[in-house]
Amino acid sequence: MDLVQLQRQLVDYRTSLYHEGFLDEQFTQLQSLQDENNPDFVVEVVSLFFEDSERLLNELSKALEQQVIDFKRMDAQVHQLKGSSSSIGAHRVQKLCIVFRNYCEAQNVEGCLKCLQQVKHEYGIIKTKLESMFQLEQQILNAGGSIPV
Amino acid sequence: MARNGGVAWMRTTEKIDGYDLSTSDTEEVHVLAVDDSLVDRKVIERLLRISSCKVTAVDSGRRALQYLGLDEEIQKKETNGFDGLKVDLIITDYCMPGMTGYELLKKVKESSAFREIPVVIMSSENVIARIDRCLEEGAEDFIVKPVKLSDVKRIIDYTTTELREGELREGARAKRRGINKRKQREGDDDLSSSPPSTLSSSTSSSPSSSIQSATAPSSPSTLDSPTRRLKMTSSE
Repeated sequence: MDLVQLQRQLVDYRTSLYHEGFLDEQFTQLQSLQDENNPDFVVEVVSLFFEDSERLLNELSKALEQQVIDFKRMDAQVHQLKGSSSSIGAHRVQKLCIVFRNYCEAQNVEGCLKCLQQVKHEYGIIKTKLESMFQLEQQILNAGGSIPV
Repeated sequence: MARNGGVAWMRTTEKIDGYDLSTSDTEEVHVLAVDDSLVDRKVIERLLRISSCKVTAVDSGRRALQYLGLDEEIQKKETNGFDGLKVDLIITDYCMPGMTGYELLKKVKESSAFREIPVVIMSSENVIARIDRCLEEGAEDFIVKPVKLSDVKRIIDYTTTELREGELREGARAKRRGINKRKQREGDDDLSSSPPSTLSSSTSSSPSSSIQSATAPSSPSTLDSPTRRLKMTSSE
């Protein structure tokens, strides 16, 4: 695939992520903070998000396996996940966290379990999509092109 | 919102005899950013750097107090923190484990050495009661997360303006003291018409908010900060 095609593919891909509600304008904010002097800013922030999220999802899974479920602690963890997903514009994950918190507050185990599955699922999707997007960007850079805004 | 940015750039660069006009080691605003989230720390750090600030980012209220030299456990002789760099602004998350941003705000405002430092609270929750409580405790402003560049730029703009005005007032006052030793004046009459200070104690004699036009407090769309209208109509 030539450079122009790659660039077009990237633009289309990015547009679809916004269109389908995977990303929101906060992601655009992050991209605007990147420049020649900080060319990896978005990748770095998103990598932190991945690490943070995986840690939190693990802890939430463990929490729901306990005999006595600590809903307060879970709520705090979901709050953290909501915060970081909001900060990078991971829209669907953020929205699910809001629902998740409601179940924590209601101390609804079934609801929490279901929500956790949904959050894991959505997280998996956005992770794959962002990684694909970064790969496309890298291909463009390797081909000597620049990333279209 | 009548923010007179013009005053900031009218300052003369000459030094008043024996009085150094700079309030910090460099021209840059030094911000202490406090947030337990690694993702948010990285973002706020970048936002602040792009806005030409020096940034020190810590992950808890406790560490923020330690940096300032306010931690009860660790007494510091220097009130300027570990590296001697004066903090011009504190931006802190509200919800943090251990010490909340609100508790940090209170500790800073209770301290005689640091109560003048403006404190801005960030929160993902846009709760009026929370905003009110923070403002009552002396917070400069309240940003709803996720934080954007426009939020940070706005805050840095008026922090820089306040710092410059503080220097102008200090410099002018020092000049009067030096030149007019025999003339004892009550207050800084010729300075009282400068743009009102939103810092709670940037000068001892500036009139609080009385010069602000009577803006309706309940129309957030006309002002770029959700809290500015509340600050403007409350007295110091």
